[in-house]
Amino acid sequence: MAELDTSGGGKKGGGKVRSKKASTRVDLTAMVDLAFLLITFFILTTTLQKPKAMDLIMPDKDEKTKAEQPVADNRTLTLLLGSDNKLEWYMGLMGKSQPTTDGYGKNGLRKLLFDKSKEVLANTGKELFVIVKPSDKSNYNNVVTTMDELNIVGNQFRAIVEITPSEVELLKRDHLYN
Amino acid sequence: MSRVKVARKSTAIDMTAMCDVAFLLLTFFILSAKPKTEDPLKAEVPASTAIMPIPESDYAIITVAQGKAFYSIEGVDVRKETIKAMGDTYKVGFTPDQINAFAATESFGIPLNILPQFLSLPANEKTGYKQQGIPVDTTENNDLYHWVYQTRLANKLLHNKELKVAIKGDAREEYPTISKIIKTLQKQKVDKFSLITSLKTVSK
Repeated sequence: MAELDTSGGGKKGGGKVRSKKASTRVDLTAMVDLAFLLITFFILTTTLQKPKAMDLIMPDKDEKTKAEQPVADNRTLTLLLGSDNKLEWYMGLMGKSQPTTDGYGKNGLRKLLFDKSKEVLANTGKELFVIVKPSDKSNYNNVVTTMDELNIVGNQFRAIVEITPSEVELLKRDHLYN
Repeated sequence: MSRVKVARKSTAIDMTAMCDVAFLLLTFFILSAKPKTEDPLKAEVPASTAIMPIPESDYAIITVAQGKAFYSIEGVDVRKETIKAMGDTYKVGFTPDQINAFAATESFGIPLNILPQFLSLPANEKTGYKQQGIPVDTTENNDLYHWVYQTRLANKLLHNKELKVAIKGDAREEYPTISKIIKTLQKQKVDKFSLITSLKTVSK
């Protein structure tokens, strides 16, 4: 098939008639074709990249074992996740400090977390505690992004907590609840 | 002057090595193959920097999109055990055929009371069937709660390992839907679960 006859034409005349030696070489082209076809098929049908997962640990909700330790309010940062991919944050207790609107992303949330972690560590010598409160108008992506930013910054102390009505009011006031 | 003669070479290429490589690759792909499963519910997962892959076995995935929840259990043995236990809980009898059909079902979103009918459908009708999602609410007596609970029991019984629950949510899904699912899990003290995400790199 893929072989050209390169035998030099053979000797002319004379000599004994010999039976031609059959070549032992097998043409593998078709076999290789088939093998590659199958490879292609398997590559296309398999999921090479397994999905990745991020672990999420929720605070224990059991009412009986309410062993909650108070966290000093000077090292708590509360993030309220609002609509339109925006969030609002305040330090400490609500109402004491002015809430600020911010966006996600490296210049918004990550910078905030990074700065506050540093600030709290310098002031109290302890880690920053972050409370994430997703509102009903936020989407799942916002929650995952927030947790991811916390992972990137290396924050270990965080919790997802339900939002309170007064905080919803706060979001409404700043038009982050639509 | 004599001409320089170019030696005539055979144009046949030795295919042996190529053939070897091709079959080696083929073997590798066959052995590592896990056929792509078509999710009845399309969920576009959000991106994160988490690099931990989901485990090979002992897990269940709750897919959430368009306000609906779908459930899939890994492992045929666990599936069979779970559906039997679910039948007992809901006093619904499943025929052996239906149990086998369930064991072959990857992901589903059917309320338990109509699940037997769905499982009896021929395969070509199943793919076109409009699945309405597994009922979830905030009480302790919803379908999803029992599904997860029975799967955990079955997994513990068969593999003696704790079941890992993963949530595969659509990025645009509103938080209340996710919250409902998380609450259902927390009702049975599953406080640790995985969120399935696609990989993204940290932008510096």
